Amino acid sequence: MAEKGTYRVKSGLAEMLKGGVIMDVTTAEQAKIAEAAGAVAVMALERVPADIRAQGGVARMADPGKVKEIQNAVSIPVMAKVRIGHFAEAQVLESLEVDYIDESEVLTPADPQYHIDKWAFTVPFVCGARNLGEAARRIAEGAAMIRTKGEPGTGNVIEAVKHMRLMNEQIRTVIAAPEEEVMSLAKEMGAPYQILRMIRELKRLPVVNFAAGGIATPADAAMMMQLGCDGIFVGSGVFKSGDPEKRARAIVEATTHYDDPMVVARVSEGLGEAMVGISIDEIPPHEMMQVR
Amino acid sequence: MKIGVLGLQGAVREHVRSLSRLGVDTLIVKRVEQLDEVSALILPGGESTAISLIGGETFLKRLRELAKGGFPFFGTCAGMILLASEIEGRAEPYVGAIDITVARNASGRQVHSFETTLKVEGVGDDVPAVFIRAPYITRLGDGVDALAEYQGHVVMARERNVLVSSFHPELTDDLRIHEYFLNIVEKRNQEDLK
Repeated sequence: MAEKGTYRVKSGLAEMLKGGVIMDVTTAEQAKIAEAAGAVAVMALERVPADIRAQGGVARMADPGKVKEIQNAVSIPVMAKVRIGHFAEAQVLESLEVDYIDESEVLTPADPQYHIDKWAFTVPFVCGARNLGEAARRIAEGAAMIRTKGEPGTGNVIEAVKHMRLMNEQIRTVIAAPEEEVMSLAKEMGAPYQILRMIRELKRLPVVNFAAGGIATPADAAMMMQLGCDGIFVGSGVFKSGDPEKRARAIVEATTHYDDPMVVARVSEGLGEAMVGISIDEIPPHEMMQVR
Repeated sequence: MKIGVLGLQGAVREHVRSLSRLGVDTLIVKRVEQLDEVSALILPGGESTAISLIGGETFLKRLRELAKGGFPFFGTCAGMILLASEIEGRAEPYVGAIDITVARNASGRQVHSFETTLKVEGVGDDVPAVFIRAPYITRLGDGVDALAEYQGHVVMARERNVLVSSFHPELTDDLRIHEYFLNIVEKRNQEDLK
């Protein structure tokens, strides 16, 4: 008897992506560039986060035609984004057989209160988190992979660093706490008790945790890997830069050899213009994506 | 005896964990010269295109040399693709350590990924097997033994010291397949001593 869509099968694909880079792409051509650069997966979307931020308006799931075009262009897994809570967009993407769905704060949320019940799907989900409470809630809802939210489309790594450090600190707290304090921690963090119990047992998150939201350079990727994340999402960082092919390749190499500064130095040389970054202080509070 | 796990990308820590539970020393191999320190190499699941690009021609060349000398390899999923002598839809193989043809993503996209139990020759009748966007073996060369099948597709094979599987024993708690591979490695080491 074969079983599809089990949690092991869902989280298993994320395990296979570890140590790799997942790149945002908006065309088949970009997807091919990403694959040729060594990306482990691509994220198909209509506009990269930097453009969503600049253009404003409601950002939605990509056109299914575009998703298919990208699926046909590459053999690596293809992910796609849905709005937070928009289970019908998720049903559409599942019917297209995308390999992973990102329930993402980069798009305009569809539900002000609730996330998607991800257990209801065969296709696995990745969700963003700023802290352990958010990560644990998404896992309890069925997410099989977590990523930091960072602040998408900024080319500024500070928020991803903040979220990764906070998650690490909270995981350490949960592991070190005496048994009788776990329930109280669950209450404080807004984290489901059972998930915290799993974290204590495994001494880490029960799923893979990637870094996302603001990674623009090989050194950014190396830093996030050294902070303990399992892999890297690059949104606008590649195709908003001067030489996407070279930069994509460099970020892939820096992610593999994150603990070897000589390699990071070598690949960082002569990359051309990085994407123009945004200082977080310049973003009006209502335009912050991570609070969604 | 130290077993290497190719650590360029993919399910590296799972293989390390399975080997550690069997009391074996492991080395995560990220640089080509580290291959000299190990008596066998596991190529984990991951993305074969990415792993080959990251490793580059220097890595592949060294792996090909080792394969010629009968070095023991175990490749799971992407690792199997890297070891195969022929890949459907691709002009050149990567390492070519085992005479098989493989079809990539033959089990389909992720929604078709599944887990089941399999009868594996020389291992057991109830081996848990997790298939993730799995490749299948579509041709077996002379001297290659099929060790497991799923719905008429060969999903595990061996040629001398090279073992490959479409599925991921490292995602389960069952250690029998890793033990089977360790037996191959130990046997080879003994032959070397003679």
